[in-house]
Amino acid sequence: MTEIWNGLVKAVELIISFDPEVMQIAGRSLLIAVSSAVIGSAICIPLASIIHFNKFRGKRFLVSLIQTFYSVPTVAVGLFVFVFISSAGPLGGLGILFTPPAIVVGQVILITPILLGLTISALNSVDRTILDTARSLGAGGWQMAVLVVKEARFAVMAAVIMGFGRAISEVGISLMVGGNIRGFTRVITTAISLETSKGDIELAMALGIILIIIALVVNIVMNRIQQR
Amino acid sequence: MSLKSRKRTPIAGALLIVFMLVGLIPAVIGCTEPESEGEFPLRDPLVRFKIATTTSLYDTGLWYHLEPIFEELANVEMDIVYAGTGIALEYGRRGDVDAIIVHDKAREDVFIADGYGLNRRNFGYNFFLIAGPPDDPAGIAGLSAAESMTKLYNEGIMGNVKFVSRGDDSGTHAKEKLIWKEAGFDYEDVQNSGEWYVEAGKGMGPTLLMANEMQAYVMADISTFLAYNLKRDLSIEPLVDKDSIFLNVYAAIAINPETHPKAKIDIANQFINWLISDEVQEIIGTYGTAEYGRSLFFPIASCDMPGCPPVEDYTTPVPAYMK
Repeated sequence: MTEIWNGLVKAVELIISFDPEVMQIAGRSLLIAVSSAVIGSAICIPLASIIHFNKFRGKRFLVSLIQTFYSVPTVAVGLFVFVFISSAGPLGGLGILFTPPAIVVGQVILITPILLGLTISALNSVDRTILDTARSLGAGGWQMAVLVVKEARFAVMAAVIMGFGRAISEVGISLMVGGNIRGFTRVITTAISLETSKGDIELAMALGIILIIIALVVNIVMNRIQQR
Repeated sequence: MSLKSRKRTPIAGALLIVFMLVGLIPAVIGCTEPESEGEFPLRDPLVRFKIATTTSLYDTGLWYHLEPIFEELANVEMDIVYAGTGIALEYGRRGDVDAIIVHDKAREDVFIADGYGLNRRNFGYNFFLIAGPPDDPAGIAGLSAAESMTKLYNEGIMGNVKFVSRGDDSGTHAKEKLIWKEAGFDYEDVQNSGEWYVEAGKGMGPTLLMANEMQAYVMADISTFLAYNLKRDLSIEPLVDKDSIFLNVYAAIAINPETHPKAKIDIANQFINWLISDEVQEIIGTYGTAEYGRSLFFPIASCDMPGCPPVEDYTTPVPAYMK
């Protein structure tokens, strides 16, 4: 019990005192996860729209396949990206292994299925009657598309938040392709893993609490934006 | 969906992509320079020197101490990736780092012979130990390493004791296998001998914690044991630690630029020579004294038992690299 209490006390201390290293790690976690969510959204929202608005053979299978990859293990993505960007790998020339962009690449791959799948669901769930009304009023193809995306924006936003959540909470990719380098690629989750292995359980717990606080703040902000 | 709308949607999609790409710009700029804030300013000109180091040197905090000194000296930004010896060697083979710090002579020899590494220098050492419950149900206290393992095996298969192994191909795991071999066991037989032999697949710290929770026996390097004991107040204690096979020698190896042309051999050489310099040797000999009442590692020159590297091995500076 004392351990849990001490973890809480330590978290409050670290936050109040603006411990520079912890703040830096938290900032880096946030920046990397936000970058992944933004880049992922930039790729996935248009792609999901294309999938949704077009009829083609194997569409249902494709959607099932996307949904299957919701549960891809982070370490598997980490290993996959590592093999590609390692010096000996096909993209080794980029030299991005053990840098923050490498983590972003991995996280984008990780959250792509979630963003795609949930955006497609969001577009599917737009009320048919709205579409029919719009069409009867003479709306053209792209007007219809914009309308659907507009109508579905809350659900699409939920998909983005979900992707962000998966990105900021993953540890497998950050550890494998980031390398957990102090002052460069160390993020909250890898710091938790390191501090645990060093035996600083209280510090590790404090970092976990800070991660949850960040997620809470991001969600509150996103909800505010949605309600406007 | 009507035929008409299908034809036109790619345009809408393209518009969305353009729109999103604009939103992406700040993120890309942002993620290339997240390290520019805080207390780790980047060096100018920016040269990143990457090493992979064994976990025991990292977990004890030694690198936190040494890193800024070398960064200042060589005007580089040092990236330290910590990994067990097995992974560190793999990073080296792939050319993902410029130098490695490992502790497994047999595999180091293969690594160098295969042309992946050069300029190995030993720069420090300490000892392994076998720890277990204070009441020592297997009765190994005072025995040799090989005798202890034999006894643990015999008691283990009867279900009286447990042993937690790193099981992760680290230097510590390699040493454990070596001791099994010395005791006359085939390692695969040990692995398959029952539930008493637990393969943790974790770093040294978590493995110690696991042994502590299970009141099991465990082999550890003394520095991690002391560091962990101070923080977690372990209820297992060292039982066997006097055996020359427990000698644990740390080595630095530069990555061979002939195999990996991008490897920063000049910095790696400077780094290795710095590790065997009097300045660093003195730090190694005193590091941890304040916290633990004894140093965690020993300067390599004080090593004088069977298994220690020959003197010229660490007193000769690494020569400058020429093609």
